[in-house]
Amino acid sequence: MDTQKHISSAFDQDLMILNDALQQLGDLACQQFEGAIEGLAMQNQANLDEVIKGDAALDALEAEINEKAIEVIAIRSPRAKDLRYVLVALKVATILERMGDYARNIANRTKVIMTAGNENIPGVNIGRMGKVTQEMVRDAMKSYQNRDAEMALAVWRRDIEVDHMHTAFHKEVLASMSRNPNMVGTGAHLLFIAKNIERIGDYATGIAEQVHFLVEGAMPDEDRPKADKTSKVVGT
Amino acid sequence: MDTVVDMAKAIKIQAKDVNVFYGEKQALNNVSIDIEDRSVTAFIGPSGCGKSTFLRCFNRMNDVIPSCRVEGSIMMGDVDVNSLQTDPVLLRARIGMVFQKPNPFPKTIFENVAYGPRIHGLAQSKTELDDMVEDSLKKAGLWGEVADRLADQATGLSGGQQQRLCIARAIAVGPDVLLMDEPCSALDPIATSVIEELISELQQRFTILIVTHSMQQAARVSQKTAYFHLGTLVEYGDTKDVFTLPKNEQTEAYISGKIG
Repeated sequence: MDTQKHISSAFDQDLMILNDALQQLGDLACQQFEGAIEGLAMQNQANLDEVIKGDAALDALEAEINEKAIEVIAIRSPRAKDLRYVLVALKVATILERMGDYARNIANRTKVIMTAGNENIPGVNIGRMGKVTQEMVRDAMKSYQNRDAEMALAVWRRDIEVDHMHTAFHKEVLASMSRNPNMVGTGAHLLFIAKNIERIGDYATGIAEQVHFLVEGAMPDEDRPKADKTSKVVGT
Repeated sequence: MDTVVDMAKAIKIQAKDVNVFYGEKQALNNVSIDIEDRSVTAFIGPSGCGKSTFLRCFNRMNDVIPSCRVEGSIMMGDVDVNSLQTDPVLLRARIGMVFQKPNPFPKTIFENVAYGPRIHGLAQSKTELDDMVEDSLKKAGLWGEVADRLADQATGLSGGQQQRLCIARAIAVGPDVLLMDEPCSALDPIATSVIEELISELQQRFTILIVTHSMQQAARVSQKTAYFHLGTLVEYGDTKDVFTLPKNEQTEAYISGKIG
């Protein structure tokens, strides 16, 4: 937060409420995502149920942030950095809520995979992908908390790692499916789960872009490196 | 190579190294600014920053303050505003002014507008004068409301109507530039909206300089904004840039409500 205070202390208070709510939503989204990945790795039903149940809290918090942001715009007429602050809060809240949706979807799909009971499920790359993506989301939120454009850029550049892992995992699952027809149902869910994680990586970069805009007043001016080639993979 | 089209507007007024003193106290420090033709330029800043003092330099209104001394140059085309050879009365016909509080003469609506053209000898006949009054009232967006009561006292009009009458009065003598010193500060929000809409229309014909304490008003009506602080021009640029990404920290603090 900026050290210089507004003449209207209520304005500072409004921005603080917005900031705290967004941090809270960020923490919840991280927990949901981590819970989903943990549930996937450990095939832990309780974890997965908790993630599915927990999504409603993110929806409610996002609605609160939207309401507060609209109130601040209507009443305080924020300008310059204050305006960016409110706009970024709105956008990041939407991103975090969508992350929560993906986490819930991962949990739902994992439960189906558990019911199918396949053995030798391909999983090495998806675990690493999950770990890197979790770090990206945490770092993106940390860059927001610290108003650190450099840290945000580092997250933004890291997305290519997830893309590479996603492509590798995609091929791994397709290979597994072609070797074992019983794996097709599970494999299809795994492909969606991997795509969800890859999307969460994209969302982390989305938060990073917003942090850069908040701090510098402009989006990063370089092209983001991308390497997700799954849309071009036709088979093994 | 593509031809680069210069979309920049022509410069109407150039102020260079303007210093203003009230006795020993310096109120403005080396202010230089280029004012674009047929655009609205807003002067903003906290009370006592010098924005009204600077506005009053453009039509020599500071002449009426005995202790006031203005240095530097203000050129409108080949007219040297500060030159002793420049007649302030004729200058004020070319650079009209609208004040904070509507100040119609205690005369009829017609006479308020006809007064300027009459003393400057701009109309050759009664018909021509009538046309001038009608034209000015139309440009000021007031004709429809007063056409059938031109002989009524101007003081009977509402505050917003009185302010538009004052704008009509300024327009009637054919100025190039309109100076507006907080023209809406005594008006309610509806009357303010009407004046702001009018400013946007007048900008097609006139160069407008406006001093305002309302930053939202500056953001709404102007294309250029100048931020003053303690007699210094801190930042001058496109309004959208000044209000979204100011270059100067002081400007940022002021527009964000951190400097009173």
